[in-house]
Amino acid sequence: MLTTYTYPKFEYRTPPEIASGKTLKVPVVVVGAGPVGLGAALDLQLHDIPVLLLDEDDTVSIGSRGVCYAKRALEILDRYGVGEAVCSKGVSWNVGRTFFREQEVYNFNLVPEPDHHRPGMVNLQQYYLEEYLAARAASRPNIDLRWKNKVVSVAQTGKTVTLKVETEDGCYTVETDWLIAADGARSPIRRMLGLDIEGKVFMDRFLIADVVMKADFPSERWFWFDPPFHPGQSVLLHKQTDSVFRIDFQLGWDADPEEAKKPENVVPRIKAMLGAFDGTAREFELEWVSVYTFQCRRMGSFNHGRVLFVGDAAHQVSPFGARGANSGLQDADNLGWKLKLVMDGKAPAVLLDSYSEERVFAAAENLVNSTRSTDFITPKSKVSRTFRNAVLSLAKDHAFGRALVNSGRLSVPAFLITSSLNTPDSAPDTFAGRMVPGAPMDDAPVLENGDPGWLLNKVGNCFFALYFADDPAALDVATVATLSALSFDNIAVQPLVISRKPGTVVGGIPGLEDPRGIAAQRYDAKHGTVYLLRPDQHVAARWRNLDAKKVKAAVARATCNA
Amino acid sequence: MALNLNPNFSEAGKRYFNAYSPGDDFYEMLINTHRDLSDEQSELLNARLILLLANHIGDIGTLREALNVAREGV
Repeated sequence: MLTTYTYPKFEYRTPPEIASGKTLKVPVVVVGAGPVGLGAALDLQLHDIPVLLLDEDDTVSIGSRGVCYAKRALEILDRYGVGEAVCSKGVSWNVGRTFFREQEVYNFNLVPEPDHHRPGMVNLQQYYLEEYLAARAASRPNIDLRWKNKVVSVAQTGKTVTLKVETEDGCYTVETDWLIAADGARSPIRRMLGLDIEGKVFMDRFLIADVVMKADFPSERWFWFDPPFHPGQSVLLHKQTDSVFRIDFQLGWDADPEEAKKPENVVPRIKAMLGAFDGTAREFELEWVSVYTFQCRRMGSFNHGRVLFVGDAAHQVSPFGARGANSGLQDADNLGWKLKLVMDGKAPAVLLDSYSEERVFAAAENLVNSTRSTDFITPKSKVSRTFRNAVLSLAKDHAFGRALVNSGRLSVPAFLITSSLNTPDSAPDTFAGRMVPGAPMDDAPVLENGDPGWLLNKVGNCFFALYFADDPAALDVATVATLSALSFDNIAVQPLVISRKPGTVVGGIPGLEDPRGIAAQRYDAKHGTVYLLRPDQHVAARWRNLDAKKVKAAVARATCNA
Repeated sequence: MALNLNPNFSEAGKRYFNAYSPGDDFYEMLINTHRDLSDEQSELLNARLILLLANHIGDIGTLREALNVAREGV
């Protein structure tokens, strides 16, 4: 088979504890250097927490696996320092075509909403993402990244977690205050701790093939329901980078995975598919083939004492909608700042319950959406298939039918509207728009000292008070003094003034210009409106008028200090 | 009243952050209502459902239009 990608082999080094026989004591261990474990390590080092990151392997994901990285994940990756690499290597697609049997029933063009830094999604093979994250992690002095280091036992007391780690040179012991388990769907940590994960296996198999196109091929997503070349099943074609395309064939539960994987069986299927749209024969080569099944399940709680579960270790969904790695990165995003506050003694350990509460809420939403897509794509009963086909037959001519076609609802971040960390809007303040307490922040173009940039790149990692002003230079002394003294206990709240007019705020408060008023519009802001923003770029609270007491109370609430 | 062929689902008091959510909510409910029924029972359920909804709409002109659209695609 052809190869467009050379897998890196990361260097194993003999851990010094093997020779010294000493127990390694560290504040945090992350197990698993996939996208989510690497993300968690990078998040913690942004908070100056030293991290020991262990992985049993010494390379990146084999085969393309995760393909689609959605806007919120890209924004988080920006914070971790790899957003630009992922976006410039990844490919965008806008045109999607949906076919039912022989016919194209409709197509759509996802023109990205203007005035956001990152697009709705980019497609990129997972190995590239891991390579960029691993390179970033290796360049950070605070991350001790150890490849070919396998955790073989784990035990926790109220105060510490003890790990036994196996290498080719022998074993050593690690004692840590906190353990983050990012060790994937089969999570050995979860198993060793005897913890449950509940849900169901979908009784279906999918053949997944990466193919390299030898000639130009449109950057489009094609989705077939019940095509003549693969009757009764669904087929998906997705563009990736390096002229590699991902093709998914639903096989059904009774298919023999070994037979289906053989090139002599795969190649004719792909040929028939590529010719089906317009009759053109297209040359291609196979790069990688696999057969997968999937499960939809999650743990009841993502924190167990001093062990915190992130990504697939905590929750698994069907691949429809790209909610695996995307939601795992949001776990890391949610956890980092909370763990930092708890480790520094600035918040009680119950703040970590809110990590579980918020990410269980998000996981439940992801499970609902990916299960709905799965049920639409692979109907489980005759009547369900009849309704599905009826929707597809109506979609050709009627907008309401198109809206019901569910071939995957792309990963979007959860609006954490039920979170106990939010301070609800209170009368008489009223707001229009989406930026409710718990919402992931909308981006907007801004200027900083005249240089163009993006709102989301100006906030994050600590609490911010975003204050909307008509004229920054005209802010009165009392307001400036209040903005400068919003920190609660030792928890910093960084003031940031944003205005349509250029100008400098007195008192050294940083300012942003919102030249076209897009931020003000998206946040439904007027002069004096203030948003309290969490370190993970979610809205914690908002008011029409600045009141230091209210801001401090909201910070206390968002950190379980109330 | 002309037959509405644009997306039209919503639930009172519920806030949607994604355009597809209300339609998906309905579709899931529809499929779940058929859970564990035989094909014959499902057919009966569908007939009862059509009659209930038709009576609720009431306007014969609208129903005639819907019947025609439904028939065209079969």
